[in-house]
Amino acid sequence: MKFAVIVFPGSNCDVDMYKAIEDCLPEAQVDYVWHAEKDLSEYDAVLLPGGFSYGDYLRPGAIARFSTVMEEVKKAADAGKPVLGVCNGFQVLLEAGLLPGAMRRNQSLKFVCEHTELSVENNETIFTSQYERGERIVIPIAHGDGNYYCDQETLEELKANGQVVFRYTQNPNGSVYDIAGITNKAGNVLGMMPHPERAVHEWLGTEDGKRLFQSIFTYWRENHGAASYASGTDA
Amino acid sequence: MEQRLTHQEPTPDQIYEEKIYRELGLTDQEYEQIISILGRRPNYTETGLYSVMWSEHCSYKHSKPVLRRFPTKGARVLQGPGEGAGIVDIGDNQAVVFKIESHNHPSAIEPYQGAATGVGGIIRDVFSMGARPIALLNSLRFGEPDNARVKYLFEHVVAGIAGYGNCIGIPTVGGEVVFDASYDGNPLVNAMCVGLIDHDRIQKGVAKGIGNPVMYVGASTGRDGIHGATFASEELGDDSDEKRPAVQVGDPFMEKLLLEACLELIDSGAVVGIQDMGAAGLTSSSSEMASKAGTGIELDLDRVPQREKGMTPYEMMLSESQERMLVVVEKGREKEVEAIFEKWGLHSQVVGRVTDDKRLRLLHQGEVVADVPVDSLAEDAPVYHCETAIPAYYEQHKDYSPVSIAEPQPGDYNKLLKDLLAAPTIASKEWVYRQYDYMVRTSTAVRPGSDAAVVTVRGTKKALAMSTDCNGRYVYLDPKTGGAIAVAEAARNVVCTGAEPLAITDCLNYGNPEKPEIFWQFEQSVEGMSDACRVLETPVISGNVSFYNETRGEAVYPTPVVGMVGLVHDVDHITTADFKEEGDRIILLGETFAELGGSEYQKLVSGEISGRPPQIDLEKEQKVQRVVLEAIRKGWVKSAHDLAEGGLAVAVAESSIAGKLGAVINVDTDLRPDHFLFSESQSRILLSVSAEHATEVKKLAEQEGIQATDIGEVGGESFVISVNQQQLIDLPVSDMETAWKDAIPSLMKG
Repeated sequence: MKFAVIVFPGSNCDVDMYKAIEDCLPEAQVDYVWHAEKDLSEYDAVLLPGGFSYGDYLRPGAIARFSTVMEEVKKAADAGKPVLGVCNGFQVLLEAGLLPGAMRRNQSLKFVCEHTELSVENNETIFTSQYERGERIVIPIAHGDGNYYCDQETLEELKANGQVVFRYTQNPNGSVYDIAGITNKAGNVLGMMPHPERAVHEWLGTEDGKRLFQSIFTYWRENHGAASYASGTDA
Repeated sequence: MEQRLTHQEPTPDQIYEEKIYRELGLTDQEYEQIISILGRRPNYTETGLYSVMWSEHCSYKHSKPVLRRFPTKGARVLQGPGEGAGIVDIGDNQAVVFKIESHNHPSAIEPYQGAATGVGGIIRDVFSMGARPIALLNSLRFGEPDNARVKYLFEHVVAGIAGYGNCIGIPTVGGEVVFDASYDGNPLVNAMCVGLIDHDRIQKGVAKGIGNPVMYVGASTGRDGIHGATFASEELGDDSDEKRPAVQVGDPFMEKLLLEACLELIDSGAVVGIQDMGAAGLTSSSSEMASKAGTGIELDLDRVPQREKGMTPYEMMLSESQERMLVVVEKGREKEVEAIFEKWGLHSQVVGRVTDDKRLRLLHQGEVVADVPVDSLAEDAPVYHCETAIPAYYEQHKDYSPVSIAEPQPGDYNKLLKDLLAAPTIASKEWVYRQYDYMVRTSTAVRPGSDAAVVTVRGTKKALAMSTDCNGRYVYLDPKTGGAIAVAEAARNVVCTGAEPLAITDCLNYGNPEKPEIFWQFEQSVEGMSDACRVLETPVISGNVSFYNETRGEAVYPTPVVGMVGLVHDVDHITTADFKEEGDRIILLGETFAELGGSEYQKLVSGEISGRPPQIDLEKEQKVQRVVLEAIRKGWVKSAHDLAEGGLAVAVAESSIAGKLGAVINVDTDLRPDHFLFSESQSRILLSVSAEHATEVKKLAEQEGIQATDIGEVGGESFVISVNQQQLIDLPVSDMETAWKDAIPSLMKG
């Protein structure tokens, strides 16, 4: 399985995302992909890392969404490939219209960095199959604009479709319905403010993020991997 | 338009006759010296070049003779003071690069940008050496947080550090925040950056190779920060707000791009020399790079990327616009350099060439607008041997006795401890560090709030511990002892995490050195620091001097901040301060004396800072540290915590709060109970060890001649201390936690 970590000017969690794949999924491959790339077809999953793409100028994610590579990210999403946006990556997905809603400044108007507890609301997604439903997990956050907003109608839809995947047990930023992470309707695009890639070793304070990456890998192996393993093309 | 601006500049004769050089910070003698160097009167641009390069900030003209006392060599030192940052070997062809620098004056005027650009500047110093920055620390001092101005400065300095560090993606892992009235009008903002490098990638700021192109990379030049270095070399006055234009504006996004582009450029092998355009911008980078290489530089100022129209040579040379670097590259490889910077969306422009005549020559619109010897700018600034005088207060404090503090009643101790835990300097700094991204790069093994932060080195068993320390009160009361303690405490903090102290960087913050009493503080504290550095074998590898930290004639406490880096040989040795397990024994290493001078307890109960600070025996300090490091490496230590502000009671309370575990302490002493519990005697460390290892730890300490006292046990939900069989403190851990954690948030709400 091959992961693409998209690098925008100003991305700064790209390295962490790359290391997390290396450490959690030794059988997978991972590449950095520069924002000007025009082809993502060789990749099985796309990771949009955190950071400050284009310095968060205008609005977080507002400029990155015009990057050349975003057309390809949309294609990957349409093709049903797993697309994960974390923190700034989530903001880019919102700005690009791949996920509904918008992000506002934290209610405190301050950046906040800490370990937060999340509840896994839906474990029947390609990102959460290795968790229990309702399980409490600890994943760090680090953001100034993580106050998720959507209108009531959208919220009802998100709830009805099981698109709300992670909720904070103690809301750190003012997000509606304590939302920490949502998927698109098809369930193959996940955006989340907490950083699973920062939760992959005990010495980092938590390894609860590992299973998110393992879920993606499990999904891929079950659906696409067997054939290519058998034919040895992935060797 | 351009012509008109140029013509508005005073002529060489006007500068001489109207003594305009004085407005630029040059003295009559310095101006005369420039005339004798040039053999003529300098024009306005040249006068500007000398005024910034001969400012204290760039030339260290008052501090140089004293700084020579620092030990700067050691088997591991690969680069000592004199480059962007110092470098220390950590084995396996790897090295750690670090430096601390002040941004006090800008932060006093414009706290957000002042602090932000302080962070930006120190990061550039580290990556200009070729290193990947891996961690940031900040040592901050503010006035008492009981007035709106101090709260404003505190809030915005923290926001500025967060804004810059978070965006660029380098974790802010540690530091300190101290509050004291002496910093009321003049906060101290010292930023430290730590980087990692392979030996064969180390770069220097040298303009070698006659004919090589000099390239300007990064942001374009504007009028911001003109004369910042001169501004930093004056006392703050009532008119300081008018100097806001001398404060630069930072763009961390630009710096992130510059960082990545510069590291890619260094990978390409095209770089001959590279240096940050920091204080005094183009002037310092060009003249220092040429001077170090024994060459000259010719710059064509028309080619300098400019943000504003009609900039004069004077403005371009003195601008301190941020996020710019000067690079000398191999001739013929300019296109390669341009391609790398273009990829990152940045300017790169050949602006000059290396010459063989050891002169800095500036061309503008076809004319030579300055032509001066590079060494005269970079090396030949006058050196002043300042007078020293023992301040009157030092003599007066000689007779202070801790007995002057009335002994508390047994029923007072619970409140005393809670009040100490809520003292802003001791209280939890979570309000500060939760605004910093301290986890990005996923290497932070010990997070802020501990004795020292620890950052792992990927692909190895190694980790780096780092801490900043200085108790300005001690230094004020006795500069020599206080200076030694600053180094010793920083080393102790690093040792408590399981690291061997390697070397220090220092940020020396004082008042006006032209006052003999201030210079005495400076000289004495450097002496004390040097002694400690020698005994603890931690040489000084980089640093910065910040004088003139005065408002309306009142100097800050002398505050030589020590930034220490230590090496953890094996990540399994990483140790934290929090109690781990019920039933563990609590062992106090070191001796306690009735040392209350300059203590938090003295300040709390008497409202004053007086007497003499705790004494320090450096040989004993070294032994205590050796015992702890050895016990940690043997795997005997569950937690280790340095005893600092607030003494034993506060240290045990902090380990308790952090571990969410109570403790029962019983001690016997000849001292008054309050003296024993709140004394700030040095060279003491608190350990918790499993019962089976308690005897071994004590034996190890005895072998080194260090007192080790089993003072109690970890466990329960209460924190209980008895002195000489009398119970004086009994508090639920949760109560202590509330006092400690809520203090700063509630101050900032009010």
